[in-house]
Amino acid sequence: MQIQPAKFCPGCGHPIVLLMLKKVLEEKGLLKKAVLGLDIGCSLLGWNFLPIHTFQTHHGRVTPTMLGFKRAKKDMLCFGLSGDGGAYAIGWQSLFHAARRDEPVTVIVVNNTVYGMTGGQVGPTGIKDLSVKPVCGPELLRDVVNEKAYLARTAVNDPKQMQEFLSKAIDAQLNGHFSLIEFLSFCPTNWKTKGIETTQYLDERLRTVFKVGEI
Amino acid sequence: MQACHDAGAKMMYGYPITPSSEILENWQKTKGKCLQTEDEIAAGFAVAGGALAGEKVFSATSGPGHILMQDAMVMAEAMRIPMVLIVAQRGGPSSGTVIYSQQEVTLACYGGNGEGFRLVYSPASLEELYTLTRRAFNEAWQYRLPAVVLTDGYALKAQGIFTKPKIQKKNIGAKSLFGTAEPVHVPNIFATEEELNTKLKEIQGDYCKAKSKVETYYEVGLKEAEVLVIAHGTVGASAEAAVLKLRKENKKVGLFRPVTLRPFPSARLNKVVSTKKWKKIVIIESSYGQLARLVHDELKVKNLPEILYLQKPGLGIEPEEIEDYIKKIK
Repeated sequence: MQIQPAKFCPGCGHPIVLLMLKKVLEEKGLLKKAVLGLDIGCSLLGWNFLPIHTFQTHHGRVTPTMLGFKRAKKDMLCFGLSGDGGAYAIGWQSLFHAARRDEPVTVIVVNNTVYGMTGGQVGPTGIKDLSVKPVCGPELLRDVVNEKAYLARTAVNDPKQMQEFLSKAIDAQLNGHFSLIEFLSFCPTNWKTKGIETTQYLDERLRTVFKVGEI
Repeated sequence: MQACHDAGAKMMYGYPITPSSEILENWQKTKGKCLQTEDEIAAGFAVAGGALAGEKVFSATSGPGHILMQDAMVMAEAMRIPMVLIVAQRGGPSSGTVIYSQQEVTLACYGGNGEGFRLVYSPASLEELYTLTRRAFNEAWQYRLPAVVLTDGYALKAQGIFTKPKIQKKNIGAKSLFGTAEPVHVPNIFATEEELNTKLKEIQGDYCKAKSKVETYYEVGLKEAEVLVIAHGTVGASAEAAVLKLRKENKKVGLFRPVTLRPFPSARLNKVVSTKKWKKIVIIESSYGQLARLVHDELKVKNLPEILYLQKPGLGIEPEEIEDYIKKIK
């Protein structure tokens, strides 16, 4: 099964996350069991990228759609891909309660601190003006999830950790629990960074505010 | 609820709101699988997700909750998701009142940023509530369109002798879009205007094909009548009682009750209106003209007779009131 050409901007972090998801699913022999729902925003561009079942939903609505899917078809692995806006702003209420109820779905949040698709407006994880606290999703959810739920944060320039965390998140779903991984990600188009500046911005700014690791 | 079980529904998602909460409660009491979500947005999208996975799922809601459900309803229109919604109309606008109105007709038929690609049924009795709910599930899955059973709190809270209608037809099975070995990709956002336009033409074509098979109406005494009453749902039942009484008194009055509001039984209504010279047409409803707008949209007859409107938004309309109104028509 072939992957399709990526439709994302050059230098975007989304395809790195998606390709890593495919790699981990393949290694676990679970590719055919996977279904990926996409939020609206840049995540929607992944709709026919991977050789797995995919569909687009609405902005902020991927989590409730995927938990409905999972409850109807328990033998499938259900993933929801969302940006930080879809997950932590417009979709926060649904995400919070799905996590609290320990719905066995895996939410993948690509956090680049901006609304990429609409031109780089500040997201709920915005770090330009730190007088307003950015949303730290996994940390906020820790208090309400089941102890066997899996919450973690990594970055798209750490492939080893990405693989490890994705594998553990999938295991959590296989064991009937909620999982969420936030990926600190690049958006050179809206960050207006070039070459090395992009990775520097992620390492020096994003990683300072958002701590990577299991949460 | 019995109809949902009998139609093969496996799961309900909902959020408590008067007057539809009893459906949520009784569904649980009768051992139906259920999840009470954090709001109607989540309930709507969970229903959509379940239907995408190939299970018969539904929700029940009302008024402000019905507004939130439109988010998922337009996704269902675009992606051909057979989600089923039971709507118990309450008074509006806003939080309004909690039991009754006929003010959610426009929302049910044309809510959201869509084209009204949905099936909307308006039952006038407990028996019809049962048969139309069965049909909503079956026709939603047959035509892959979202379906709404548009009822109200009077009907849902009514106690009456109910004889379960016998339905010979077998239920239509549910099927997942994602049951194949090869990956399936379903978009609902398009890169160009032309792509979306092509998709809409396809759905419109399918909707038109379904129209003649789905549209349903009920008539009383049209042959001899000179005054034509048009009403739907609970007011339709009231109008039927009034019309029957008036006919016993030799008043020349008949009733046309659309049973489906989307698709509207337009061919039949146009035929009824054009076959003779009516003295008057009377459109009766518990809203300021939501049914009347549907009727006007569908009526293509030239030289229409005078149309009168009995509109009591948010109020029930008793048969006696309809009798008096019709008696006063000159």
